[in-house]
Amino acid sequence: MRMPTPDAAVIARRAEIAGALRAIVPGEGVVLAEEERRVYESDGLTAYRQPPLLAVLPSTTEQVSRVLRYCHAQGVKVVPRGAGTSLSGGALPLADGIILGLGKFNRVLEIDYANRCVVVQPGVTNLGISIAVQHAGFFYAPDPSSQIACTIGGNIAENSGGVHCLKYGLTTNNVLGLEMVLMNGEVLRLGGKHLDAEGYDLLGVMTGSEGLLGVVTEVTVRILPKPTTARAMLVGFPSNESAGACVAAIIAAGIIPGGMEMMDKPAIHAAEDFVHVGYPRDVEALLIVELDGPAAEVDHLLGEVEKIARANDAVSLRVSNSEEERLAFWSGRKAAFPAVGRISPDYYCVDGTIPRKRLPEVLAHMRELSQKHRLRVANVFHAGDGNLHPLILYDANNPGELERAEAFGADILRFCVEVGGVLTGEHGVGVEKRDLMPAMFDKVDLDHQQRLKCAFDPDGLLNPGKVFPELHRCAELGRMHIHHGQVAFPELPRF
Amino acid sequence: MTRFAPKDERELVEIVAAAVAQEEPLELIAGGSKRGLGRPVQTPHVVDLRAFSGIRAYEPEELVLTAGAATPMSAIEAALAARGQALPFEPPEWRGLLGTQEEGTLGGALLCNLSGPRRIKSGAARDHLLGFRAVSGRGEAFKAGGRVVKNVTGYDLSKLIAGSYGTLAVVTEVTVKVLPRAAAQLTLLLRGLDGETAGRAMTAALNSPHEVSGAAHLPKGETGKEAPLTLLRLEGPAPSVAARAASLRGELAGFAAAEEVRDGESVRLWRAVREVAPLAGDPARALWRVSVPPSAGPLVAAAIAARLDAEWLLDWGGGLVWLSVPAAGDGGAAAIRAALVSCGGHATLIRAADALRAAVPVFEPQPPALAALTRRVKESFDPKRILNRGRIHADL
Repeated sequence: MRMPTPDAAVIARRAEIAGALRAIVPGEGVVLAEEERRVYESDGLTAYRQPPLLAVLPSTTEQVSRVLRYCHAQGVKVVPRGAGTSLSGGALPLADGIILGLGKFNRVLEIDYANRCVVVQPGVTNLGISIAVQHAGFFYAPDPSSQIACTIGGNIAENSGGVHCLKYGLTTNNVLGLEMVLMNGEVLRLGGKHLDAEGYDLLGVMTGSEGLLGVVTEVTVRILPKPTTARAMLVGFPSNESAGACVAAIIAAGIIPGGMEMMDKPAIHAAEDFVHVGYPRDVEALLIVELDGPAAEVDHLLGEVEKIARANDAVSLRVSNSEEERLAFWSGRKAAFPAVGRISPDYYCVDGTIPRKRLPEVLAHMRELSQKHRLRVANVFHAGDGNLHPLILYDANNPGELERAEAFGADILRFCVEVGGVLTGEHGVGVEKRDLMPAMFDKVDLDHQQRLKCAFDPDGLLNPGKVFPELHRCAELGRMHIHHGQVAFPELPRF
Repeated sequence: MTRFAPKDERELVEIVAAAVAQEEPLELIAGGSKRGLGRPVQTPHVVDLRAFSGIRAYEPEELVLTAGAATPMSAIEAALAARGQALPFEPPEWRGLLGTQEEGTLGGALLCNLSGPRRIKSGAARDHLLGFRAVSGRGEAFKAGGRVVKNVTGYDLSKLIAGSYGTLAVVTEVTVKVLPRAAAQLTLLLRGLDGETAGRAMTAALNSPHEVSGAAHLPKGETGKEAPLTLLRLEGPAPSVAARAASLRGELAGFAAAEEVRDGESVRLWRAVREVAPLAGDPARALWRVSVPPSAGPLVAAAIAARLDAEWLLDWGGGLVWLSVPAAGDGGAAAIRAALVSCGGHATLIRAADALRAAVPVFEPQPPALAALTRRVKESFDPKRILNRGRIHADL
């Protein structure tokens, strides 16, 4: 992975830049000592490490604005960071760039039940929002696995999903408003407590922009009344094909479960060995189907799903009869990553989306790739929305294994695109999948995206080196190739 | 005026590239049903996109459909209905409201980000656009997004293009997320509530766990000549709808004794809400669509009605205020926008004569920094401002 060549002149000015930023964020808000800078050297993608030039930890929008204005004027690069849980290296520092940490923005500003929304600072955790409103019977729907740690600001940057997003949507479907700061220090408000922000949907563009367009300083999210009932069903299948067919049949029957997760045999075994909740060991695929809503609806749909599962060769079927049992069904799935961590020194979590019906074929191809790269793989799959998380098992202490794991992951993602899917369903492109972007988008596609970046950050100072495989100057991207003196209009059908 | 009718993407690229070279703006139309929306556009040329029509791929079990942007909405809805599915955002049908005969297209609904009463539960048009193909104002064909429901690869240009009124790119093909159609629907009717009480009733319903998929208040009933009518819709499997209706009726007993209407009758009532039927009647009056925080809806409506001769109704649980006001002067623009200052939100002039739509900002004016960013975004896709110039803002 090649990052942009650090600017030695900027690195040489470290002390001067720290002094200027201390004038904006006094006290301990500027982190300069080498051992303290190391705290920020990587995010959830730990294979890549780089201590930042320095870190600055503002606590007000005004400070963020002044920091960005200073960096803009001085040509200093900025990498925004929330909790640092990105799995794609979205918050990987630059040697010649500052880390702008939003951890001090940790307050819930307003809970507005009449308008079913909450206004929070970006450093509030995802779960923190649900906790703040649960006593009133509400919740915030997107629930990424890292929800106890990840922040809502990071969720905006990555457009995070979770196991419930087929029914309740991703972050982008649950955000109403933002306050943000552009790289030049300008403060903007997008949307609010009303639906459908006026003008171009810049709120929609900011969500999932991986920290490349602006720094979010306040977020308004929609909250929902909690469903009265949730029950889960654990279904075992003799093959991936029959499990996949069952998923398709459930959707075709008009049922959208609150959650629908699938695990393959290696993942089932790793999870069961870890949590001991009675996952069947003799099946090839396991489906967890959760139905939520009014009790009458849940009971009715459980009956429908059971019929469909039986018709699709289910060999085992259990329905949760208590909240305790429902959580037990989920515990194996939720612990799948650490469970795999127990059976392998290291694992690499891949994230791609495929059309659901191609699953058996993708899993079969993955078995071939597993042989080719001589590494084991376990699969967990958000079956409802086609989001696949293969976990590649490797040992970083064996020379070459990390590189083989990465090559294996890249092969999987290219195959996802080949079958009509995409490179990333919820973890983001970051640095991890940056160089794979041409597998999905051609140069013209990518140039249209990069020109949008130019509208927000014409000097390319905000989180450069992420998402796009090649950096271009905005002046070069903006150039038009017009053939003047061309015939007014070519011979085309006219009426 | 020249009317171009490209038959494929290659011809469309040539037309746009030539227009860029000549710096002559193009008006884009597909069905033409929404030509009266936005600022009136005066361009030397029109591009008729009707050739970009037809369903290219529909996979009900994947919940996705790909079609030419100019595919008539009726064709989309028929194909989905045949497989028990629908567009969840309930695209509005405004032919009566806008006084046009032309039929709307899938691309038109998405490009104007128009969503009906189910917006509050299922999201907007913009939430359902997964990917598209288009020709930008640089005369270059490009694609964005994908054909799967979960995708964070690159910027979410689908959101940007939805609601852009054709000012960024000429969209030729779209992929949308679809969902199963509910097996049953039922609407609770509460009669005789004033606006503020209706607002509280709608809030109580929407804050309950009963998954209300429509909440509207018609102060003069369905025809605009009757007693106040508040509507709350429940959809889903029949046993679930029945159970939720019983619970909700009980919870709302303090407001009014609720009547129930089912399926066909319920569908008909919501069509009237979606088409703004109670206010659409008099074409001489200006019609505004105002998005506000839901709890502010009744107050905003009352404040405006105190200053203008306004008829109004509420959708989206109070979050969408429709206003019919006299078209004289600024068509109520100043009074309506002044009423939004304290609560936040935005007002759009949906129906008025060309002269009025040219004279007052049709869309909410933006603060300077946001207006400047908007302009830079426009120019990043369409540097010569060739596409639908002036449709959203005079200088865009």
